[in-house]
Amino acid sequence: MSRDLPIIKVDQTFELAQAVVDGVDISGHWNRMFSDRSVTEYPTEAMDWVTSLDGGESLRDCYQCGKCVPVCPVNHVGDYGPRKLNAKVLRGNNLLDDPDLWLCTTCGNCYRVCPKEVNPLRIMPAIREQAVLEGKVPDELSEAFRNLQKSGNPHGHSPRKRADWIAGADVPVPLISELGRPVDVLWYVSDYTSYHARGQDAARAMARILTALEVDFAILGNEERSDADSARLAGETGLFEMLAEKNIESFRKYEFKRLVVMDPHAYNAFRNFYPKLGWEGEVLHYTQFLAPLIDRIEFRSRVELDVTYHDPCYLGRNNDEFDAPRRLLEAIPGVRLTEMPHNKANGYCCGGGGGGMWLDGFVADHVSERLSERRVREAVATVGADGTGVLSVACPYEPSRFEDAVKSTGNDGRIVVRDIVELIDQAMQPPAH
Amino acid sequence: MDYVVLLKQVPDLAEELEIDADGTGLDREWLSFVASEWDEYALEEALLLRDQGHGGTVTCLALGVETGDVDELLATCLARGADRVIKVGSFEAPPDSHTAAAAFADALAHVHYDLILTGVQAIDDLDGQVGPLLATRLDLPHVSVVTHIALAHHHTTVTVHQEYAGGIVAEFEATLPAVLGVQTSRETPRYAPVSRIRQLMKTATIEAMAGGGGAGSGLVIEAMAIPETGSTAEMISGNPQAIAERIAAILSERGIGTAVAR
Repeated sequence: MSRDLPIIKVDQTFELAQAVVDGVDISGHWNRMFSDRSVTEYPTEAMDWVTSLDGGESLRDCYQCGKCVPVCPVNHVGDYGPRKLNAKVLRGNNLLDDPDLWLCTTCGNCYRVCPKEVNPLRIMPAIREQAVLEGKVPDELSEAFRNLQKSGNPHGHSPRKRADWIAGADVPVPLISELGRPVDVLWYVSDYTSYHARGQDAARAMARILTALEVDFAILGNEERSDADSARLAGETGLFEMLAEKNIESFRKYEFKRLVVMDPHAYNAFRNFYPKLGWEGEVLHYTQFLAPLIDRIEFRSRVELDVTYHDPCYLGRNNDEFDAPRRLLEAIPGVRLTEMPHNKANGYCCGGGGGGMWLDGFVADHVSERLSERRVREAVATVGADGTGVLSVACPYEPSRFEDAVKSTGNDGRIVVRDIVELIDQAMQPPAH
Repeated sequence: MDYVVLLKQVPDLAEELEIDADGTGLDREWLSFVASEWDEYALEEALLLRDQGHGGTVTCLALGVETGDVDELLATCLARGADRVIKVGSFEAPPDSHTAAAAFADALAHVHYDLILTGVQAIDDLDGQVGPLLATRLDLPHVSVVTHIALAHHHTTVTVHQEYAGGIVAEFEATLPAVLGVQTSRETPRYAPVSRIRQLMKTATIEAMAGGGGAGSGLVIEAMAIPETGSTAEMISGNPQAIAERIAAILSERGIGTAVAR
């Protein structure tokens, strides 16, 4: 190798224009690896700003491989895709005024496949928080925030009516404040389970199951406030913290061994975020609590149903619980469980997470169909449309979302949506005929 | 155009209300407090007027009452977009309207204003007198229960609506400066992000001014009680079919039309 060949200087790297080693010409094209990438010609302010936010750091790590695109549920119904976020920010768009900021449901499927661990579960809330601070929040979402702030639930119902669902439970549901003694299980009922008509069905079924299992349980009643995890993911960190402080105050007031929750979002909040705010304890999703007890349940009828199961993003993919719900379903006499193509870690998002629950109108302008509608079609394709098919769920957001989607996709009467506790409760009743 | 908005906190009706040991007031120890709804309308109107081309500043005043959290109230005003917030005087409990008006008048001797807005009334006393009493002390024109606040282009007058029964609307014109008791705002009061309120609670400047001295209303609350539940109401429960049948039965019992539950 001779040293008298011309040398080309590219940044700090020196490369020979022509190199021959042992008689073999190994010259490369000089600019391929060592020159500045064209992308640095774009303004860097937006990327610098995003990555300066607590949680925004990983956006810069994206190398545009695109693995996130086909697994993003929103990408299936529109132009949005996680990779585009990086591309937009690289081009100087800080996303504060971009509708894309609100389309991510924080389902986490992109993060699952990302070789660079770019994490929208942290990036989106970080940027959204800045939008919230500037008052740039879609109206529908503002309304839910306002309700959470004023009433402690996203519906805006009176907090004094939080335990009104008890009336139809047919079993006593003790309030921990009235019990005046420690309990084994403090049952955190959650927002939709407390207030939404279909959520209340699940609450009542759960109350009957806990009673049948002779569980020593109580609820907080009016002292319970929203877990507000979805508000946190939608960027309203302060609101999340405010409600967390109230819940933690209630948790500390009473003695209990473990907290059993209906809502995967509450599970995520209590397990992964409340410790940072000063409360730590055993938290179980109701499927995790019931699964080891299922053999003790006396089933009195067979349901004879073709059932498929929708993994909630914040129970399954983001908290790794796939088995407990399936163990429960398989134990119910007459349940024939079939998986949908998108299942477990690759479960398809219902569209309700990360604030999506309160952005329906906003999102509608940017997608061809709701994620819940796409999921219902998948369920119908899996369990058939003869009326014996069930889309089973383990998240209180789902009955209302999926039942609306059943109607809007023209599948009314062809498939039903049931919480797992409703199916257990159904099989515990004597046969109808 | 400089706007002044007077605000206060009232008990949060989301919580259970209890009467105190004296039987003359609410037990405030366990109450939580929220901004008075009508005061929020007044602030929203001031912000809308400022931002819709009239310019100027919005200054919010609240009495330094020990119950509740006046700092949070004022931080919320800043989070919504107010320019300046001032805590006036120091009170153990919310004073009567005469004392409140006197305190605000003292503070307003040091604050420039063209238009003073406050909620027409508040749920804790249903008195509605702070606006009129303040206007009297400052010798300003005053209109209560107003909507549709509009400024003339030369900023010398304000026009407002009062809505009467039977769909009749009156329009008033008042010379500025003036005091208005606001019934409602054109738009729902904007959301104040809790993240922003919490940030401002740590960083914002809340000015303090002296004000007050017992003006006194001469009124004394002798007793306060929770209304006794009457026994005449029948709560109808059950499924929709059962409820409909019961309603139909009641109507036919009383001979009101012919009702059949279907």
